Amino acid sequence: MDHTSFLERWFRRAALSIIIVFFMFPIFWIVLMSFQTNETILRSPPSMSFTPTLDNYMAIIAGRLDSNVASMGIDFVNNLMNSIILSVCSVAVALILGVPAAYAFARHKFKGSEDIAFTLLSFRFAPPLLVLLPLTLYFQEIGLADTYLGLVWVYQLICLPLILWIVRGYFEDISPDIEYAYRIAGHSWFSTFRKIALPLAGPGIAAAGLLAFIFAWNNFIFALVLASADKQPVTVGALAFVTASGIQYGQIAAAIVLSIAPTLALALWAQRYLVEGLSLGAVKG
Amino acid sequence: MTDTLTTRRRQLISPKVLPYVLSLPALLVCIGILIPFVTAIFYSLQRYRMSQPWNRGMNWGENYVKFLTDSDFWNTLKVSLVYAGSTVVLELLLGLAIALLLKKRSTVNNFVSIMLLLPLMTAPALAALMFKLMTNPNFGILSYFMQVIGFDDFRWGSSPGTALFTVVLVDIWVYTPFMMILLLAGLRSLPTQPFEAAALDGVPQLEQFWRITLPMLMPYILTAALFRLLDSIQQFDIIYAMTQGGPGDTLMVFQVEAYLNFFQSTNVGRSAALLLILWAITYFLSNIFVKNWLRLRERAKGGA
Repeated sequence: MDHTSFLERWFRRAALSIIIVFFMFPIFWIVLMSFQTNETILRSPPSMSFTPTLDNYMAIIAGRLDSNVASMGIDFVNNLMNSIILSVCSVAVALILGVPAAYAFARHKFKGSEDIAFTLLSFRFAPPLLVLLPLTLYFQEIGLADTYLGLVWVYQLICLPLILWIVRGYFEDISPDIEYAYRIAGHSWFSTFRKIALPLAGPGIAAAGLLAFIFAWNNFIFALVLASADKQPVTVGALAFVTASGIQYGQIAAAIVLSIAPTLALALWAQRYLVEGLSLGAVKG
Repeated sequence: MTDTLTTRRRQLISPKVLPYVLSLPALLVCIGILIPFVTAIFYSLQRYRMSQPWNRGMNWGENYVKFLTDSDFWNTLKVSLVYAGSTVVLELLLGLAIALLLKKRSTVNNFVSIMLLLPLMTAPALAALMFKLMTNPNFGILSYFMQVIGFDDFRWGSSPGTALFTVVLVDIWVYTPFMMILLLAGLRSLPTQPFEAAALDGVPQLEQFWRITLPMLMPYILTAALFRLLDSIQQFDIIYAMTQGGPGDTLMVFQVEAYLNFFQSTNVGRSAALLLILWAITYFLSNIFVKNWLRLRERAKGGA
């Protein structure tokens, strides 16, 4: 089966190694930095031999940053908590709102359904600041400024279209005949939805939920505009942390590692679902 | 759920209204978000600076007319287009090359494609910070590499000559895997007969690629490229986290410029007008994208 020449095999191997190095090196290097003291980070030329230390992580968890000049309090753990609260709540709300709507769009071609579905999708492509900037002024008036509720609502801009479109594709793949058969047996619409459609679309709902979680976690601009320090997630918090901590490079690296670890772990754990979800059902690989 | 309750529910919601009832909550949430959109249009037609509330009033499109002679605006448009164009082209070429390398299903190839998911799952803003640490002039590993190969004064994000290169590099690092995933799925879904026939006839690999692979893959390439173009022209996270649009106005893309207009110079009218122009561009692109994408979906369904 393998007609590939010796030369081609070596070329292939070399190319794959370069790819892996290019895409893995930044993560690898930041993780290494997070286990070093400032002294070893600042060595020239850079070296990979050092005694690993957990000090950076301890400092972040304890919320105290001690340098030889001064000591300051940091609240990066709070940013982590905010990220968890915002992402989990946004996905939960998006699932509750989005799954029934996706079912309606998939099963019933009602008047205007395509238009509505496309309008919802177009939110995904509109510049977020266009909505965010006027929203800051509105939120201040109606008291939603700097609340989790306000943020979770705005996060629906990313989560809802994602869930709607991915889950809709999965519902469309279920043959309606199964549902008809169940309904003819005398079951209500609701129990058909609950007992037949939901379980069959389960993997799709899980994939959409995971993807929505990752996008919510990675979002930067919404919270940058709408949240003040105590509600900020890690993406915004890390940027503020860089400015505040100045030259504590080890701690900055540790903060970044803590911020990207959850999504990377999820990605490794559920990679197959993600690949399907990412292509938004455009291709079934 | 008891039987009486379900029967009553069936009577309460007639089949005709049911789909509306199901999609209504999602719609309501989104309508709430449409209101600011209308407000933005309104602001864009006003002379409105938060620092000068007394001077506020309608000026009917003057913000837009001013753009014609505003060199900052043309700079913004140019930088946004260059950024979007270069990232999409480079990511497409790189993503296609990687997808071709990984086409065959094997343990090594699967491992590589899983590893490539990791940059894509990294928040772009955090990815920019990672590269900021790596390009720090004092200890950054990439700065050190540059010194080793002879570029002693390569200043990455802090010099106007290399800032664009730096943010494009971060964008490539984050989003090339996205192109790769889409194109790999496309490659693997292509029918095998044409390739078998070509192999039997002894058609060289390179010609197979130009004559068979590329034309058959075109719909996937278009969809992936348009999707990335839509995102890339709105890029904010990477550029803001890396340089906040600087140095000077080197990286003032639409959203960064609008953000700074709103919060720093508090020029709400100009900011809203900028964003509406960006919206018009993305609306145009997204219409082409959706058409393409639907055709691809139909085809994927028909083929499956």
